[in-house]
Amino acid sequence: MKIAVASGKGGTGKTTVSLALASVAGTDALLMDCDVEEPNCHLFISTEQQREKVYGLMPVIDKALCTSCGKCGKICQFNAIAVLGDNVLLFPELCHGCGGCVRVCPTGALKEVDKEIGEIGGCRKDDLSLIDGHLSIGQAMSPPLIRAVKNHGGKEKYIIVDCPPGTSCPMVTAVRDADFVLLVTEPTPFGLHDLTLAVDTLRELKLPMGVIINRADSGDDKVKAYCKAEGIPVMLEIPHRRDIATAYSRGEIMLQAAPELSLMFRKLLKDVENRVSEVKK
Amino acid sequence: MKELVIISGKGGTGKTSITASFAALAGNAVLADCDVDAADLHLLLKPEIKNQHEFICGREAIINQEQCTNCGLCNSLCRFDAIKVSDGKVIIDPYSCEGCGVCVHFCPAQAIEFPERLCGEWYESNTRYGKMIHAKLAPAAENSGKLVAQVRQAARESAEKQSGKLILVDGPPGIGCPVIASITGAIAILVISEPTVSGEHDLERVLKLAKHFDVPAMVCVNKWDINPEAAERIEQKAVACGAKAVGRIPYDETFTQSQIRGQLVVDFPASIAAQDISKLWNEISQMI
Amino acid sequence: MKIAVSTTGNSLDAELDQRFGRAPRFLIVDTDSGNVDVVDNVQNLNAAQGAGIQSAMTIAGTGAQAVITGHCGPKAFRVLSEAGIKIYNTEAKTVREAITLYSDGKLNAADNADVEGHWL
Repeated sequence: MKIAVASGKGGTGKTTVSLALASVAGTDALLMDCDVEEPNCHLFISTEQQREKVYGLMPVIDKALCTSCGKCGKICQFNAIAVLGDNVLLFPELCHGCGGCVRVCPTGALKEVDKEIGEIGGCRKDDLSLIDGHLSIGQAMSPPLIRAVKNHGGKEKYIIVDCPPGTSCPMVTAVRDADFVLLVTEPTPFGLHDLTLAVDTLRELKLPMGVIINRADSGDDKVKAYCKAEGIPVMLEIPHRRDIATAYSRGEIMLQAAPELSLMFRKLLKDVENRVSEVKK
Repeated sequence: MKELVIISGKGGTGKTSITASFAALAGNAVLADCDVDAADLHLLLKPEIKNQHEFICGREAIINQEQCTNCGLCNSLCRFDAIKVSDGKVIIDPYSCEGCGVCVHFCPAQAIEFPERLCGEWYESNTRYGKMIHAKLAPAAENSGKLVAQVRQAARESAEKQSGKLILVDGPPGIGCPVIASITGAIAILVISEPTVSGEHDLERVLKLAKHFDVPAMVCVNKWDINPEAAERIEQKAVACGAKAVGRIPYDETFTQSQIRGQLVVDFPASIAAQDISKLWNEISQMI
Repeated sequence: MKIAVSTTGNSLDAELDQRFGRAPRFLIVDTDSGNVDVVDNVQNLNAAQGAGIQSAMTIAGTGAQAVITGHCGPKAFRVLSEAGIKIYNTEAKTVREAITLYSDGKLNAADNADVEGHWL
């Protein structure tokens, strides 16, 4: 079962929730950090990480075979190929790896080679296992790396996906095939506004969802009222406590600082499971 | 004309609240909300929208079922898993379609159309502190980097028109395409960090990015008293990365409370946060 | 010789646009005849990326042998260089000022892109 933890706005506690959920599920779970621009889960698990490089495809040209027909430049929607007279220039940093140019080239002058887009890492501590992605600095395209991280899932009973914030392509790529999405928010105007954007997006994608209100007693009641009006279940309310914030700041998993919350997270996992089986029926 | 971009790496550090307070302190800056994934600045500055524009970005493949012969070639060509065949019908998933046009080009029945894609809207507005350019990405729409570029360009044009000297940019989270699009060519970036392991880690990545694009960086630690040692480390790391540490703001409920009332932190001048933000602004305005 | 200058306006006294890829238009100034042509920077404005590359291809199509602009990123620089077009960076305020600086030999051809990509 794949549970995605997402939020419209960053800093609401996605990573905190993902880590807590993965630690109550223990050896049954694999935590997947798909926030490849800012992967943070590993900081709470271990500094030692095994990493492997991830490659995408990009074209290279054999000028001896090129007849400068210009077809590759025409098919490329991303301006990654400029045909100037009898010269063909390639811009790998703009290439999305669609393969169109290679296919359209009549003389076989273009072929595809690997280009590094980032790294996939893995680490474990006690019962907790993590797979994550690290986007190379200056690389603009995270979805291919997110897809690569997601392809690393094994046979674990629970796959917990820590998603990138926002509602654009990286977030959509990360939540895409989830069985259930937990949206983490705060009881503030920013929290509510960004929650509504995330809800709109998940509705477009037709994904079942529930809401977690973090720092629940720090703001107003509008998030709850919104969830009620929209028929979205509030699955969990995490109290606002300075000791939790301090533990997070030191890189400790919330349940270490507040073990009494473990019960809440076990129940959350159970509730999600029940809702998923209801949806499947 | 100078552009100051306020970013944070990870979200939730108070970046937008601080940007809004800067808007009040600066008086007549043009404001640009480039955090288009989760645009919140308008909740504080309450802009009055004057002009509204469509944001078109790239194209998308749409299948014409009447012409489709279900040969399945498109499915085998698509590198983005966007084309599925189910119940003998070819279906293109708009949220996975990258807009590369390969299926369009090679379809033997010419059954795939390739119209422009509407990805959101952007607005020119007035606020009580100056002009504001902001945007909204359509749900699940792609490519916010391009929209960021559009917002910045409109902000520059707006500043030019009124001979404005300063643009304050509320930047997006992360280090990917939207962030690159928001910081390149700026006079400086201000990173709002927080003293957590995530804050420390993200700061390093953001500062590397700033260096990569040769933009001078300043760092402010918000909620510094949650973990004073980490705040210290962040400032040292900032200096080691060639950035300048320009101030600290303590953990202060005024951030949340002012937001709930739809006001700015500096609207509560007695608060420590408001005083520290004013100090921070004085420091920054001298540097730029 | 024809020189292309990035601008927001459409005359010699118009402002020089510091941007190359996203400049609204170029003035093509013929230094021999004194002719001035306006070329809209008609690129696929709705493309997600690669504005500089497209602008450079537009310039190559005009027959200009030099470009004067504020800043030029690496991709546009590569296309212009491959097309045999020289690039001059300047902080001149107007197109006329830029042309005068050029004619007086006060501008040096750039060896490299002077900004990273995405300079807008």
